[in-house]
Amino acid sequence: MRTITYAEAVSEALAEEMRRDPDVVIWGLDVGPYGGAFAATKGLAEEFGPERVIDMPISEAGYVGAGVGAAATGLRPVVELQFSDWITIASDMLVNQAAKMRYMFGGEISVPMVLRAPVGGYVSAAAQHSQSFESFFAFVPGLKVVLPSTPYDVKGLLKSAVRDDNPVIFFEHKHLYEVSGQVPEEEYTVPLGQADVKREGADVTLVTYSFMVTKSLAAAEELAKDGIDVEVVDLRTVDPIDEETILTSVRKTHRVIVVQEVWRKCSVSSEIAAIIAEKALDYLDQPILRVTADDVPNPFSPVLEEYVLPSEEKIIECVRRIAG
Amino acid sequence: MDLPRDKIVSMYEGMLKIRHFESRVRDLFAAGEMPGFVHLYLGQEAVAVGACAAIEAGDCITSTHRGHGHIIAKGGDVKRMMAELYGKATGYNKGKGGSMHIAAPSLGILGANGIVGGGIPIATGAGLSAKLRQSGQVIVCFFGDGASNQGTFHESVNIASAFDLPVVYVCENNLYGVGTRQTNVRKVEDIADRGVGYGIPGLAVDGNDVIAVYEACKEAVDRARESSGPTLIECKTYRWQTHFEGEPDTYRPPEEVAAWVQREPIGPYRRMLIDQGILTEAEADEIEAHVVEELDQAVDFARNSPLPAPETALEDLWA
Repeated sequence: MRTITYAEAVSEALAEEMRRDPDVVIWGLDVGPYGGAFAATKGLAEEFGPERVIDMPISEAGYVGAGVGAAATGLRPVVELQFSDWITIASDMLVNQAAKMRYMFGGEISVPMVLRAPVGGYVSAAAQHSQSFESFFAFVPGLKVVLPSTPYDVKGLLKSAVRDDNPVIFFEHKHLYEVSGQVPEEEYTVPLGQADVKREGADVTLVTYSFMVTKSLAAAEELAKDGIDVEVVDLRTVDPIDEETILTSVRKTHRVIVVQEVWRKCSVSSEIAAIIAEKALDYLDQPILRVTADDVPNPFSPVLEEYVLPSEEKIIECVRRIAG
Repeated sequence: MDLPRDKIVSMYEGMLKIRHFESRVRDLFAAGEMPGFVHLYLGQEAVAVGACAAIEAGDCITSTHRGHGHIIAKGGDVKRMMAELYGKATGYNKGKGGSMHIAAPSLGILGANGIVGGGIPIATGAGLSAKLRQSGQVIVCFFGDGASNQGTFHESVNIASAFDLPVVYVCENNLYGVGTRQTNVRKVEDIADRGVGYGIPGLAVDGNDVIAVYEACKEAVDRARESSGPTLIECKTYRWQTHFEGEPDTYRPPEEVAAWVQREPIGPYRRMLIDQGILTEAEADEIEAHVVEELDQAVDFARNSPLPAPETALEDLWA
C-alpha cells in the first residue's frame, strides 16, 4: 500500500468527491491556485477551475454564511477556515443558522456543508492560532464534529463528511499535515460517529482524538516496557460520540483516562467522563482521570507552551497513578 | 403605468392579504391565542409586495424577524402560516419554528430569521449557488435599516459585488431598530449611499409606493439575471406597530406615527386603481372580501388544527 501525507490525503479526498459529484465546491482563503495555507487544497484549482475552487475575501461570517445558503440551495460546499481559531467570527452562521435551519423549518431543508479548518498547538503560534473548538460545537445540537488522527482516517472521514447531508465541522491538526501513513488507492470511506481502537490493551484505556492519539500511542509504547498494557481508543468523531466503543473498552480495562489537547473545563473530556460515570460506574476500579491543557490561553514561548499542553510524559505519569 | 393589469391587481390583493393577516395576528395575539412573540409588518406592505412582484416563483427570498409580509408576498399560504404562529402541527414548520423562522423552501422562501442580518450571507450563498449551478435564479434579500450596520451586511454585499452575484438587497428602512432611532447610530442618512462603497448601484425609493418599489426591484432583478451583479435598494417606510406586540411605544413621537399611518400604501393605491379605471369600487371591494374570507379560513384552520405530539420535539434534527 502506498504512503501519503495527511495533507495529501485531504486533497485526494476532496478531488475524488469533486469528481464524483459536480455539486461539491470549495471556498475559503487562498484555497485556489495558492493551494491553501497548509497545502490541503493543492492541485484542486488546477483540476476543477475557479468556478469550483473559489478564493474568498477575508470575511469569515460572510463566506461561511454563504456556504450555508449554498448548501440550502443545492450545492455541497466544503468551506475552509484558514485557522480554526477564526471559527468564532463565523459562529452565528454555524450555531444559529446551519445547526438549526433543518430543525426550525420542520425538516423541510438540509444544510450539507462541511466546514474544514486546521487546529491545534505545539507550533508556537500563540493564543489566537493554536486553538481547537470541538467542545463549543459538540455542545450545539445539529452539528457533527470530526477530528481525524491519521492519513487513512482523514481521507475516509472527509469523504463521508462531504456525503453527509448535515453540517459537519472537520478539524485537521496542524501537526498532522506532514505525517505520512498508509492509504489505499481504492475507494473507501470511514463512517462518522465510529471510534477506532488504535491499540488494544488490557490494563488501562486512553480515550482520545486528533494529535493526542499520536502522543497516547507513544506513551503506550513506553509504558509497555514496564508491563502496562494500554488500550488507545481514537474517537475520530466527537459528535456524535461512539459511546459503545468507549464503554466496551472500560468494561475490559476498568481504568480510563481521557487525553485531550485543549482546555479541561466544560470540554469534550468532561462529557466523556460523565458518560462513563453514568453508564459504567460498576466497571471502574479507579476514578476517571483527564490529561488536558491547563485552562489558560496558549502561550507563545515554547517553554511556556510545553508547560501548559499535554505531553507523552504527562500521559505516562497519569497512567501510573491508576495503573502503575 | 406599463404594467400588465393582472400584475397591478395582484399587488393590490397581496398588500391587502398582508394587511389583513397582520391585523388578525395583532388581535389574536393580544387575546392570548398565540404563544411567544410577533413582530408585525403593518404599514410596510408595499415593500414585500413590490419586491416579490418583480421575481418569479422559482426565485428565492430570505426574510427577517418581521417576515410575515415577505412570506405572504412570495406565495406563502396564510393557513399554514397562521397554524405555525399557533404552534400547530399543520404549520409550515410543524410548530418547530414559529413566527421568526417560518420557511417554505419549496416556494423559494429560505426562511424568516431571528438574527438581525442573519439572512444576508445566506441569501448571498444562494446567489452564488444560483450562479454556479447556472440556474438563472435571482435572490431577493430583505433586511432592515438596523441590519445594514451588521458586519454580515458588509461582508455579504462585498462578496456579491466581487463575484457579480444575482442578489437584490432590499433594505426596509423603517427608521427604528427596536427602540433606537437608527440615524442616531448611523452617520449617513441614506443607506442606499452605501452601494457606492461596493461599486454597485444603490437607490432609495418611497417604500410606501408599491409601483416605485416594483419598478426599482424589477430593474435590479433584470440586471441580476443578466449577470450584471447585485443592487442595493433602500425602501423608505415605517412600521405602524412597535418592535414586538406588547411593547409600549415610548420612543416614537405620536405625530410621526400618525403621519406615516396617513401615508400608508394601500388606500392611495386603491384610489389610484379606481381613478384609472383599472378596478371598479365593487371589484376592489370584492377582492378585499375574498381576502377577508381567506383569513377567516386561515384562523379557523389554525384554531382547529392539532398541536404536534410532544415527542416530535426530538425529530427533524438530522437529515
